[in-house]
Amino acid sequence: MRTRPAVRAGQYTALLAYLAFLVFPSLWLLSVAFKPPRELGSLHPTWIPKNPTLANFRQAFDEQPLLHAAFNSLSAALSAAVIAVALATPMAYVMARRRTLLARAASGWVVVSQAFPFVLVIIPLFLVLKELRLIDSVPGLVMVYVVWSLPFALWMLVGYVRAVPVELEEAAAIDGAGRLRTLVSVTAPLLAPGIVATALFAFITAWNEFFFALVLLKTPEKQTLPVVLTHFIGAEGAADLGPLAAAAFLATLPSLVVFALIQRRITGGMLAGAVKS
Amino acid sequence: MRTRALTLVLALLLLAGCSSGGGRDDGPVTLRFQSLAWQAESVTANKELVGQWNATHAEVKVEYIQGSWDSVHDQLLTSFEGGEAPDVIHDASDDLADFAYGGCLADLTDLLPARLKSDIPRRSWETTTFGEGVYGVPFLQEPRVLVANATWLKRSGVRIPTPEHPWSWPEFRQITRRLSGDGKYGVAWPLKEPVSATLNLSLSAGGQLFHRDADGDVTVRFEAGDEVVPRTVHDQIGADRSASPTTLGSGGSDTLPGFFGGRYAMVPLGFSYRQQIAQQAPKGFRWQVLPAPAGADGPTQGVSPQTLSVAADSRHKKEAVAFIDFLLRPKNMVRLALGDWMLPTGAQALSDPALHTAKDDWATGTALAAHLRPAPAQTVRGYPEWKDKVATPAFQEYYSGAIGLGELRERLEKDGNRVLARYQR
Repeated sequence: MRTRPAVRAGQYTALLAYLAFLVFPSLWLLSVAFKPPRELGSLHPTWIPKNPTLANFRQAFDEQPLLHAAFNSLSAALSAAVIAVALATPMAYVMARRRTLLARAASGWVVVSQAFPFVLVIIPLFLVLKELRLIDSVPGLVMVYVVWSLPFALWMLVGYVRAVPVELEEAAAIDGAGRLRTLVSVTAPLLAPGIVATALFAFITAWNEFFFALVLLKTPEKQTLPVVLTHFIGAEGAADLGPLAAAAFLATLPSLVVFALIQRRITGGMLAGAVKS
Repeated sequence: MRTRALTLVLALLLLAGCSSGGGRDDGPVTLRFQSLAWQAESVTANKELVGQWNATHAEVKVEYIQGSWDSVHDQLLTSFEGGEAPDVIHDASDDLADFAYGGCLADLTDLLPARLKSDIPRRSWETTTFGEGVYGVPFLQEPRVLVANATWLKRSGVRIPTPEHPWSWPEFRQITRRLSGDGKYGVAWPLKEPVSATLNLSLSAGGQLFHRDADGDVTVRFEAGDEVVPRTVHDQIGADRSASPTTLGSGGSDTLPGFFGGRYAMVPLGFSYRQQIAQQAPKGFRWQVLPAPAGADGPTQGVSPQTLSVAADSRHKKEAVAFIDFLLRPKNMVRLALGDWMLPTGAQALSDPALHTAKDDWATGTALAAHLRPAPAQTVRGYPEWKDKVATPAFQEYYSGAIGLGELRERLEKDGNRVLARYQR
C-alpha cells in the first residue's frame, strides 16, 4: 500500500525535528568551541562564530594532557568492550539455548543486578579493589567497567541469540556439522550485528564513564578524558567555557567515529528469508 | 541529583567514622597534594610552587594531583573510606564539617607554626575550627559584591557606594527600582544556589539563623534579621519588578550575557567572577565593583574560605603542614590569590600593593576583607542535607512567589530542625 504524500511529508518533518533535537547539543558545542571569550558573553549568540578562533583548542591542549587522557580512555574502553563481549557471548548462548533452572536463575540475576545504583556498590568495590591492589590501576578500572556493563551486555546478547532460529543450527547438525562448527560457521556470523552493537554499548559506556575513573585513579598520568574535562570547571559552576567546549567536542569524536565505522554491521536484515515459517 | 544521592548515602557511611590505616611509609617521603585550582594562572602558580618546594626539599617530595570542584566532596568521601586520601587536601571550609567530625582530617592545632597562626586572623580560623580542633588552614576567600554597569549607574545619577559607605538594603531596593523599566532591571540575582547567598548576606542585617545552645546543639530560628535579605529580593522580583525573575535559577556565569547586553544594571557575584568579566566584557563596556548592601551590622557577610587540610591517615602530617606553611608564605599566598582573583586570608599577604590597585577593582574587594565572617552554617552538622532537602526548595519557592514569608519560616524551622536533630542525637 502506498503511503499518502501528506503522511510521508509529516513523517519526514517529524524525523527532521527529531534529528535536530539530537544534533543540537553537538552543533552548539562545536559553535562554542570556536568562539572567542567575548562572543561567549554575548546576549544574542550566533550559531556561526563571527570571529572563529582555534585559541580554545590551543588553550585546552596547553592546560590539560588531553591526548594522554584520550589514550587512557581509549585503552580502558576498548579493553572493557572486548572482554565484556568475550565473556557475555558464550554466557548468552547458554542462557538462550538451555532452558534449565540455572539459566533461568542467571537471567533473573541479570535483571536484579541492574537494580543496584552505583552509590551502593562504590565503597565495597573500592575496598575490594584495594585488597586486590587494583586501586590506581587501569586494569582495575577495566575490571570495574566489565563488571558494570556485563549484565546489560548479557541481556542484549541473549535477545540476539534467541533471534537466531534454532532450526538453522539443527539443519547444520543434520548436514553433519559438529557443535563447534555450527557455532563458528552458522551462529556466530548471524550474531555479528548483535556482538557489534553490544561491543559498541560497552565501549561508549566505558568511554563516557566519569565517577569510577575519578575515584579509582589517583595518578594524574592515568586519568581518563571525562575526569580531565572537569578540570575546566571551577567552584559554584563557573567554567572555562571555550576550552571546555573544545575539549568536550574532541572527546565526542571517537564515539562518533567508532559508531560511523561499524554502524552498517548493526543493521539487521541478515536473517531475512533464512527460515520459512 | 546523582551527586546529591551519592552524598547522602556516603554521608551515612561517614557517620560511622573514617577507616584508619593506609598510607605509605617506604623510602623518601612523598606527599600527595590534591589541588582544586582550575584557572590557568592559578594552576600555573600552584605547579610552580610545588616545583620550588621539590627543588629545595630533597627529603620530602610533593606530587601534584589535579582535583575538581565539581566532584571533590564525593571523591574525598570515597577516598577517606578506602584509606586512600591525598595527604594535603584543597577544599572549602563549608565542606569540612562532616569530614572533621568523622575523623577523616587531622587536627592541626599543635602542628601549625606560630607564623601561620598569627598571620591569619581569628575570624578566619573559626571557619575551620570544629569542636576543639582546627581541621584546615583557610587561605583564600571572596566577598559577594555587586558588579555594576558603570556607565548606566553614572548616567542615572545614583549615589555610588564605597566600602566605607555602602548602600543600606532599603536604599539598594530604592535604587534598583529607579534603574528599572522598559524591560530592563536594576539587578539580576543569580540564585541557582539560593541558600549560601542568602545566609551569607543576611549577616549584614544581623541574621544568624543557626543558634547553638550551651550543649552545642543547633536549632534553626528565622528571626527579624534573617528576613531582611530574602524579603528585599522577593519584593524586588515580585512587587517592584526591579529584579529579573528569569535569573532565579541561573548561575553567576549565566547572567553575564544579559549584564553585558545592557539588560541588568547590576549582578551580585563572587569577587572572583571579575576574571570572567574582564575576559568576556565587550570592548568599551565599563564595569565596576561595588560593595554588597549593608544592614544593621554594617557590610558584614559570611564566607567559606578555600582551605588546605591534612588527611588523618597521612603518615607524614608534620611534613604536610610544613608544605602548607611554605605554600602560604605571604608572597606565595599573594600569587595564589592573584591567580584565583580572590583575597588572601593572611594579613601580610593582604597588605601587598598588588591587591590594592584600582585595576579590576582589587582595592574595593580588599577593603571588604575586614568585614568577612565565617558563614553561618559553617560548623553545623547536617547542613548539606538541610540545604538540599529543606532550604533550597523553600527559598526558591519564596523568591518565585509561590509561598509567603510565613511558610518559608515554618519550613526552614520545622522541617529544618527535624533534619538537624538527626545529626545531633
